Amino acid sequence: MSEYYKPLPKPSPTSRPFWEAARRHELTLQRCGACRAFIYYPRDRCPKCFSDQLAWERVSGRGKVYSFTVVRRASSRAFSDAPYVLAIVELAEGPRMTSNIIAAPEDVRVEMPVEVCFDDVTPDHTLVKFKPA
Amino acid sequence: MSLKGKAAAIGIGELKPVKEPGDLTALGLMATVAAEAIADAGLEKKDIDGFLVGVPFSDPGMIYPASAAEVLGLNVRMLNQVDIGGASPAGMIWRAAAAIDAGMCNAVLCIVADLNKVGDQRPPVISVQREFEAPYGNIGANCGYAMIARRHMHEYGTTARQMAKVAVDQRTSALKNPLATFNDKALTIDDVLNSRMIVDPLHLYEIVSPVSGGAAIIVASPELAKRAKNPPIWLLGAGEYANHSTITYAPSITESPIKPAAAAAFKMAGLQPKDMDLACPYDCYTITVIVTLEDAGFCKKGEGGPFVMEHDLTYAGDFPCNTHGGQLSFGQPGLAGGMSHVTEAIRQLMGRCGERQVKRAALGYVNGNGGIMSEQSSLVLERRS
Ligand SMILES: [Zn+2]
Repeated sequence: MSEYYKPLPKPSPTSRPFWEAARRHELTLQRCGACRAFIYYPRDRCPKCFSDQLAWERVSGRGKVYSFTVVRRASSRAFSDAPYVLAIVELAEGPRMTSNIIAAPEDVRVEMPVEVCFDDVTPDHTLVKFKPA
Repeated sequence: MSLKGKAAAIGIGELKPVKEPGDLTALGLMATVAAEAIADAGLEKKDIDGFLVGVPFSDPGMIYPASAAEVLGLNVRMLNQVDIGGASPAGMIWRAAAAIDAGMCNAVLCIVADLNKVGDQRPPVISVQREFEAPYGNIGANCGYAMIARRHMHEYGTTARQMAKVAVDQRTSALKNPLATFNDKALTIDDVLNSRMIVDPLHLYEIVSPVSGGAAIIVASPELAKRAKNPPIWLLGAGEYANHSTITYAPSITESPIKPAAAAAFKMAGLQPKDMDLACPYDCYTITVIVTLEDAGFCKKGEGGPFVMEHDLTYAGDFPCNTHGGQLSFGQPGLAGGMSHVTEAIRQLMGRCGERQVKRAALGYVNGNGGIMSEQSSLVLERRS
């Protein structure tokens, strides 16, 4: 088994539920009990209204490509397996996420519908990625 | 409350960037450009009573300003580090003016120097970016600007040729700048488009090259400025803004915080973009210039691409823009790359640009840009006749 050499998330007490859900292959976001905004990345207070009434909700996993790049030559040796598609995905619930689109680079378009998929990169780490919907 | 006319730049020091730093150190470069700027201002070291410094990538440390001031042998009444990325140098100019206007000091040394080696970029140290960006390969600035360019092309029809034109015109000016790293060969749009694709849609020649170097500016009180040996270049307006760090979480990736920063600077100056004789917008990438010209109000939103095609951006053109070559041709010596936009505006307004001198240059706009279109700091500068 080849060793996984790319950076891995180190969950904080605040973000741990997000990554634990990802390991169950579920996409969850925080939602503010006061202003009802969905929040990504995880916070201790709502960045819109500063309420601390945040609860986790499972979301649709649907979204669209807000923008993307095909990284032909990465700035970090950890990604020497370039090319890969790096994207900002706008989730149906509103927040944007950085992720990868699992598709041939030439098939990716701005505004393209995508859906979540999960990449179990190590026994302990699952990354949230997207594929064409 | 305004900083209009409250301070002026009176001296500059700047090194020609080098690709291989060899035995250089960031503090050694700082000493060299500090001495040059102080002499250029017609001052002595003992006259410097304020100190603003950027922390080099190559030499970070706690309480950096005091450590650097000690190495340089300064005795200062105000000292601080300015840590807003590539906007730090522009941000230093108005902070210096504010300290002078508050009566804290009379002559502020604003300085940046760095050894910016070509090589492997590490995952970011800020935990949010390390946790939610780096695992997906969003490391370094290239990726973010590529996504800005891609979205700009999608929303406004901006083309690869339009973006390439920025690099071409800036190179034309760089050919007349002896300090520029890349000043030996003209570029064509096809040269840019035929250079290697690094991060779609950005090609090699649309991306800054890391080099090592440094620059310093002396900002002085009106009293000192009036008896300076150089024509004082007055700060007329300044504005700063940020609303995100990582573009993933920006409200829009094609409309930047430059808009409020530039609007504040022009408002303080009582002037408009069309009044400017030259523009020095931060250029880490070609798309950065296009977005800056739009958001600062030199053209309408989305029309930056056609604007750069319709205008000659060279020193001899109808819209002189980054007449030192920009960082794209000058090189990016860490934060000193962002200082190059400030030094060029000052040099042009002082009338010291030789072959690339812009005719009738009295008013200049500068924008500093940090992170991925994050921290923005705009200046309006004037040479009074
Ligand atoms: Zn809220």
